[in-house]
Amino acid sequence: MDATTETGPVGPAPAQIGVPQRLAALLACLLCAGLGVTVWFLPVPEATLPHLVRASLPESGVQNPVTAVLLNFRGYDTLLELVVLLLTALAARAVNGAPPPARTDPPLADPVLSAFFRLLAPLGVVIAGYVLWVGQHAPGGAFQAGSILAAIGVLAALTTGFPAPSGPPWQPAAVVFGPFTFCAVGLGTMWSQGSFLQYPVSRAGSLILLIEAAATVSIAMILVTLFLGCLHGPRTAQVPAPAHAPDPGVTGAGSAGRPPLFTDPGEEP
Amino acid sequence: MVETVSPAALTFDGLLCLMLLFISWRLIRMPDIFTAIMLFFLFGLLMSVAWVRLNAVDVALAEATIGAGLTGAMFLAALSRLRRFPSPRADPAGPESAIGLTRPETPEPY
Repeated sequence: MDATTETGPVGPAPAQIGVPQRLAALLACLLCAGLGVTVWFLPVPEATLPHLVRASLPESGVQNPVTAVLLNFRGYDTLLELVVLLLTALAARAVNGAPPPARTDPPLADPVLSAFFRLLAPLGVVIAGYVLWVGQHAPGGAFQAGSILAAIGVLAALTTGFPAPSGPPWQPAAVVFGPFTFCAVGLGTMWSQGSFLQYPVSRAGSLILLIEAAATVSIAMILVTLFLGCLHGPRTAQVPAPAHAPDPGVTGAGSAGRPPLFTDPGEEP
Repeated sequence: MVETVSPAALTFDGLLCLMLLFISWRLIRMPDIFTAIMLFFLFGLLMSVAWVRLNAVDVALAEATIGAGLTGAMFLAALSRLRRFPSPRADPAGPESAIGLTRPETPEPY
């Protein structure tokens, strides 16, 4: 469309594209085309799983087939997904290092922003609770509800400033709460039913809701942890010093020790 | 087995696909990171509309909240951090150029 901006008159990009790059691009295109043709001519697989899910939906304890698959028929996968999320939060914490002490002089929040946040936060919590509840019989569930809660947490971090870059003091407990509950329910069913995560049919619905509620808390906290990790990142004191003396004009803010709290949401252009 | 699709729905889907492709192309060719993040938000929202069109409302919800909202917010946070704490290796052209995110020689066409 506007190709003139891409192949600008003085841009260095054309000089960087040599023969190997063109060859690689050609090979990638050929590979893509080959894969596309192969997939196009594959025989259509016989869809047996939807019928299986629909047939055993009454035993799952929920009416939404997606929730039934995620939390009941394939509960193991969802548990491992939660563990992967937990690992990302652990990695973010490890990269960020120990949280600096909480500020004794919390920054003054913008009155308009904090008023708007106070209006929005209860609404978001109610919506998250509804999405969690409605996942039993309609689209919704723990991941969606958790991300809505996490959005409220992000807004809180942006408008009011969290006490510490790693979040509130109960953050580690909240992060492990979901996987812990999931494992506990799995072990409980193993003890009573003889198989991991094989819910008794009469209690499957309430067990799924319990797991989803705990997972919602954890998912929200994990996502907020990741966001705060992006915002604050590793403390500059832990970054190894460069070999050469840094240009004082460049590292002005970075050498100030602990990064300040992100108190100015209007910083972006 | 073949469902009949109304011309209006077909037009809508076609436009959606074209816009998704166009936005993703603009996104990867965008020298300015802030604009690229805004395009990423736009891409996520349109993508969630596409998921709704594919009858996957669960995925659409997750895409709108995680894909567009939270990931974009993380990008913005990382960008603000990049600007506040430039890398020690940063050259005078700015923090983004130190990690190869921009081509500072390119004249800003926007």
